[in-house]
This record gives sequence, structure tokens and C-alpha cells, in this order.
Amino acid sequence: MTKAPDWLKPLRGGLYCEPGDFWVDPTRTVDRAVITHGHADHARPGNHSVLATPETIAIMVDRYGERAGAILEETRYGQSTNLGEVKVTLRPAGHVLGSAQVVLEHRGERIVVSGDYKRRRDPTCAPFEPVTCDLFITEATFALPVFRHPDDTTEMQRLLTVRETFPDRALLVGAYSLGKAQRIICLLREAGHDRPIFIHGALEAINATYRRFGIDLGDLRPVMETPKADMAGEIVVAPPSTLNDRWSRRLPDPVTCFASGWMGVRARARQRGVEVPLVISDHADWDELNRTLDEVAAPHVWVTHGAEEALIHAAKLRGFDARALSLVGYDEEAE
Amino acid sequence: MKAFAQLLDALSFQHGRNGKIALLRRYLETTPDQDRGWALSALTGDLSLRQAKPGLVRGLVMERVDETLFKLSYDYVGDLAETVALIWPEQPGANRIPSVSELIETVEQAGKSELPGILSSWFDAMTATERWATIKLITGALRIGVSARLAKTALAQHAGITPDEIEEVWHAVEAPYEDLLAWLDGKGPRPDPSHSAAFRPVMLAHPLDEADLETFDPSDFRAEWKWDGIRIQIVGESGKLRLYTRTGDEIGAAFPDLIESLELDATLDGELLVMRDGVVAPFADLQKRLNRKTVSATMMASHPVHVRLYDILIRAGRDLRTLPFDQRRSELESCYQEQAPARMDLSELVPFKSWGDLSALRSSILTTGVEGLMLKRGDSAYLPGRPKGPWFKWKRDPHLIDAVLMYAQRGHGKRSSFYSDFTFGVWRNGDIVPVGKAYFGFTDEELQQLDKWVRNNSTERFGPVRAVKQELVLEVAFEGLQRSPRHKSGVAMRFPRISRIRWDKPAAEADVIETLEAMLP
Ligand SMILES: [Zn+2]
Ligand SMILES: [Zn+2]
Repeated sequence: MTKAPDWLKPLRGGLYCEPGDFWVDPTRTVDRAVITHGHADHARPGNHSVLATPETIAIMVDRYGERAGAILEETRYGQSTNLGEVKVTLRPAGHVLGSAQVVLEHRGERIVVSGDYKRRRDPTCAPFEPVTCDLFITEATFALPVFRHPDDTTEMQRLLTVRETFPDRALLVGAYSLGKAQRIICLLREAGHDRPIFIHGALEAINATYRRFGIDLGDLRPVMETPKADMAGEIVVAPPSTLNDRWSRRLPDPVTCFASGWMGVRARARQRGVEVPLVISDHADWDELNRTLDEVAAPHVWVTHGAEEALIHAAKLRGFDARALSLVGYDEEAE
Repeated sequence: MKAFAQLLDALSFQHGRNGKIALLRRYLETTPDQDRGWALSALTGDLSLRQAKPGLVRGLVMERVDETLFKLSYDYVGDLAETVALIWPEQPGANRIPSVSELIETVEQAGKSELPGILSSWFDAMTATERWATIKLITGALRIGVSARLAKTALAQHAGITPDEIEEVWHAVEAPYEDLLAWLDGKGPRPDPSHSAAFRPVMLAHPLDEADLETFDPSDFRAEWKWDGIRIQIVGESGKLRLYTRTGDEIGAAFPDLIESLELDATLDGELLVMRDGVVAPFADLQKRLNRKTVSATMMASHPVHVRLYDILIRAGRDLRTLPFDQRRSELESCYQEQAPARMDLSELVPFKSWGDLSALRSSILTTGVEGLMLKRGDSAYLPGRPKGPWFKWKRDPHLIDAVLMYAQRGHGKRSSFYSDFTFGVWRNGDIVPVGKAYFGFTDEELQQLDKWVRNNSTERFGPVRAVKQELVLEVAFEGLQRSPRHKSGVAMRFPRISRIRWDKPAAEADVIETLEAMLP
């Protein structure tokens, strides 16, 4: 087997590319950062110059204002930029709006940093594009064979059935504000739910950004301006932290639902007191992770961000040179 | 199996009683007869499949999954049935998913050697939720927080009748209850409950509002002691003998000492007690004999049971329930004399002339095992459920203590955004030790105040629980106290509830453990 490329280094502050003098998703402020996507543990404020997709930059500017970065360089999917001696290209990761894999080429070698990704269809973002490479750095949030996310249309059908079963109660769907919430809204629309959907105030800015990039979310209304009784039988989308919070008291006897890949495990759902766990994830499940390793066919695989041990074991059984990459500073995916 | 698996899954996450009923009703409305009948039998505990041991499914999955990956997964999930359900490598299109009735019939008939193959072929075709439900069903571990009574209540609501009307015929029908379902849908006659030693719904009393006594004429009422055991019904019919709880659960198997040698042609209502040398033992002694499937000879000797008879519903095939209480009482007395059942006696009628007499008796009685008095109208028929007017329970005054709030836990369902379960304690050698936990007794408004106080005075959080500053005094009412080695304080309360929030009282003035110890029987 060939030697693994040695010009991308896992350091304390993230992944550092020496010949290009830049960092990918740094966890401390740096001079030059390449950002995979807008989630707060990947896109942090205060870097001097930032290279990312236009969508990710818009999300960062919404959240951080001027602190998003002094120099913001937008790069569309597939467009290449030279940073030092390295050619950098962003490819869709299918995770959330604007999410990208970072493809790095140098001295005839190619490294792909996956960022967070999934392989399912998602009406709110471009689908993951596998890129063959010499070294693939993959996330592993759901890297256990007990995580096989069901089809999202069946999960949505389940939610709509719950609505019919409890016509006098509001359905409070907890969903991560960036990505998951908008995906849920679009999936509901696809499932034929054309009633107004009620929204927690914390989602308004990010919804506006999605709309600006052409994602149609239909009729959305703020919970704040709606009388309690009018929300009986309606679907409300809010950040997960509101599920057991006093905020939920403004809804009529809410059925608490939570859309997350973690909901596949009953104890996780029970821990949060969820009545309707919806297994909808923005991260690849076990089968998707393994299929991706096969498709990108990189002899060397670094696994980060989750349950590394199982994926490394499975990858080694299939002949990959796989190892764990302990990058500090990323949370367990709050998805 | 698809719909039933979804039902079990949804029920397992639904805490509220009404929510569970709504889910059950929807299932009953949208599922064909055979399937909903079998599902009902599984939910009411009538059917319990124990064909497979958890080890069997573990063996099956190990043939298909890498050992390391299984171990990592099991460590993460923590539950074997769930791990197997989730990790099973699906083969879509490999097979067909059985219906509930097909599944149960197949499992019941399958030979030991056939079962693994059958299960594997089903699992290949099922979703994770369906596999989980199937494993729960065939290993007899269907714990989803639905009582038999709740399932029958949902069925009754679905059919637009009362749960007691279902109870009345329940023991005359068998899974998958085609005749019962046909009757409920108006497509067949009512199943006939006679000759089956069936349970008859029990009559219950309302708590007495003492202000009402003025309007009652003492001569219209009969008084009996209210014994602190469990209400039961003993049915002897066509040579069959059955023992039921007041909700219709059959418990005869745990009390062979009571029913094995009994010959009876009647349906009797009474209180099950542990009694030694004619003296009623504390409730804790009875508890040792409850909730068990079988009982040892040692236990039967050390905790002998006894029934104190209150009423008679049926005697030699004659339904007496429409007769007035006084007449039933003479029937009960003559039946008792005639059949002289062992381990039983008659509940004594307490003579009194005025409400004052009775009130004095009630507060002076020191006998253990007495919870208070029952007042029954002499002309009352035996009606199912809790009719308003004919029967009252007049409990002894509850015990009260002042305790200090220690921990609060978030509630379930409607209360999930509130801290509504409260653990409180009393002083022991300068520390507060926990003595009980209460989650009712307060008004909605008081709950809001308590919730706010908890949030503002937390000292620590662990999951849904918060420890609070030991400053708030709660007046706690409870019915009785027993020794409990499992509690740090050594005592455990019966029916504790928060009767008042003592915003005014400093914690230093709360009660001490010695006060509680003095109340022990
Ligand atoms: Zn992410
Ligand atoms: Zn992430």
C-alpha cells in the first residue's frame, strides 16, 4: 500500500494544510480558514480570511456579522482556487444548505475532507458527490450498525398520523435550527401538508436565508403572534431546547416530537421525554458511511467526529488503512 | 404486524392516559377483527407468548453480524431486544411480514427447531420497529405501560359503552374475541357471562364530604369498618373458582391457601388481608403476597391470608345485585352460615344512633388495619363503578408532617415542562433525610409557584432532576407509615401528597424523624 499523504496535519486547532498555509474548520481563530458548513462547531467567528460556499458565508454573516471574517471568499461547488501550493475545490456534502466537502490536491495526491455529510436526498441542499482520493477524512457521528435511518417519507407519514390521532393538540417538532428545521418543513410540504406551519422566533433568520437561496418553505407563521387555541392540530417547528421548556406552555397540550438521528435509540428518546421520536438525520448512517468508503476508494481513511471504533473495525475488515483522528473541539452532533 | 408494531412503539413513548387511549382507539378503528383481537389479548395480558428466550434471538443475530460490531452496539444501546432489532441486516423483499394473528398462530404451533428459521425469515423482511415489537411479543416482555383496564377502556370508548360492560362479559370470551367484537360492532349477540365464573364489575364508594352528613338521616345508612387490605371478588360458579382484584385481574394462582379447598356457589365481595390469630396484620405484610405468580409454603405459613366479606352479588345462580343492601346482607349472612367457607369472616356492621356517635368511634378506633368507615345506604343496589350517593368512605384523618423540599423532578406528558415530582425530608441529627415523594395534592396555580421556586433555587442538576436549597417547607399528608429498609430514613409513607405549601415556615421548624418513628405501627 502507498504511503498516506503527509501534508495535511491534525493539530490542536483542527486540520492544518502546510503547503497551503490554511486550516479546515479550525476550532481556534486562524489567519486563513476553509469552512465546510455553517454549523457552529465547524464555522467559528474571528478568522481573518474565510473561504466557503456562498450559502455558508451568508449563514456565517447572519450569525456573526462582522466577526464572520475580514476577508470572505465565496467559492461555488466545483470551482477551484489555489491556496499556496494546494488546489482547493468544494464539492457538495448533502448535509445542509451550502455544506461542502473540501477536496485538496497537491503533488499529484488528493485528500478529501468530508465535513458532515449524508447520502439521502434532501430537498434543501445539493446531493453528496463522491470524489475518489488517496486519503478520505470522514465523519462518524452514526457509525454503529444500529444506526440505519429509516426512509424519511415513512417518518413524515407517521408524524401526520399522529396529527390525526390528536386533533386537539399541537405537534411540537424539535429540530436543529440550521438545516433540519427547513428540511422537515420541505418534507412536510412534499407529504402534502399544505397548512400553515408555526415557527419559533429563533428560526426566522435562517429560514429567510434559505428562502433567499431559492428554497420554498410555504406558509410559515410566528408562534408569538398566534393565539394558543388556533394552534390545536397544527404543526410547530422549534429548536430542540424548547421541547421541555416553559416556552412550550404557549401551545395547546403539545405532543413533543423530536427529529434527529439519535431518536433511533429508545433510551435517547426517553431521556428527553419525547412522545414521538422521528428518525430524521442530516448525517450518514452506518450503511451510507460504508458505501461512501467504498465509492471514494481511498486506501487511507481517517475517522473523526463520533463512534470511530466501529467504523475503523469495519473498514479494516475490507482492507482500508483506517485510523482514528481525535480532533478536539467538536461537540457530539446536536442534531 | 406493521400497525401493531407502530402501536406498541407509540404507546411506549406516550405517558398520558388519554394519549394512550387515543392511540389504542385509532388502532381498534383501523384494524381488522382477527388482528385487533389478538392485539387486544396481548395488551390485556390474556395472551402471553413465552416461546422464545432472549438468548435465542441473540444467537440468531450472531450468525449474521460481526461479533465486535455487535458488542460495540450492544454496549451503546443497552437493551438486547432493541440491539437485535436495530442491527439485523434487512433484506428488503426477502419475505412477507406476517399479520398479528398469523404471527401468534405460527409461533404457538411452531416446533422448537422450526422457530429460529421462521423468526429469521420474518426479521429479514421487517423494519427495526417491527422486529422490536415481535421480539417483545414472543419473549413475553411486553412492558409498555398499558394495563388491562386501560385497554378495555379504549375498547369501550371505541364501542360507545362503559368499561364495566366489557368487564361483565370479558371472562366469558377468549382471544381473538370474535364474538365480543361482533357484539361491540352491533353484528352479534352479547356474549353470555353466566357459568364461566366471570368477574362482575365492583361497586366503589365516594369520599365523604362531612358537610353532607347534616342532610343524611343516620337510620338510612349502615356502617362498616374500612379495612386496609385489597378489595377482591371471589367467584364460585359451575365448579370453577376464581379470585379477582377489583379491576378484574385474576390472582387466584398466588393464593392456593385461600381457594384450593374452597367450595362455593356464589360471587362474593370482600377485603383480602393477612391475619394472624384473628388480628389483621399491617398492609406491608399483605404486600409481600401481592404481585407474585406463585407462593412458597413458608410464605403461606408466615403470611396467612383471610377474607373479610362485605357483600354478595350472586348466589346459586341468582343475581342479587338489584336487591337493596339490607336484603343482600341477609343473603350474605345465610350463605356464610350455609357454606361456612374457611379463612373468611363477615365484616361486622357497626351499630350507631347518630353521626356524632359514629364520628367518635371513628376517631377512637385503634385497631390496626382499619382505614376508616364505610357508609352504605340500606336501600342501595349493587351498581358497577363509583355511583354518586349510595356509598361513602369516611377515612380517618390523615397524618400530617412538615417536611423540607429536597429534590424536584420534571413530570411527564402535560407536566413535562414543570417540576412536579417532589422529594422531601425531615431532620435527623442536623441533616435532612428523605422520607417520601409526592406528585399531587397541589393546585395548578401552586404547581406554577413550586416550579418557579425550584428553578430559582436549584443547587445541582442531574438529568431531569434538580436538587434545591433546603429551605421550603411542605405540609405533607399521608395515610400510614411503614418500616422500610430500602429508604435511607427507614420509613416509607402510604399515599403522600402535598397538602399545603408553608411559604411562611422556616426549614428549621420542620419535623424530626423521631416524630415519624413514633407513628409506626
Ligand atoms: Zn453539521
Ligand atoms: Zn459536525
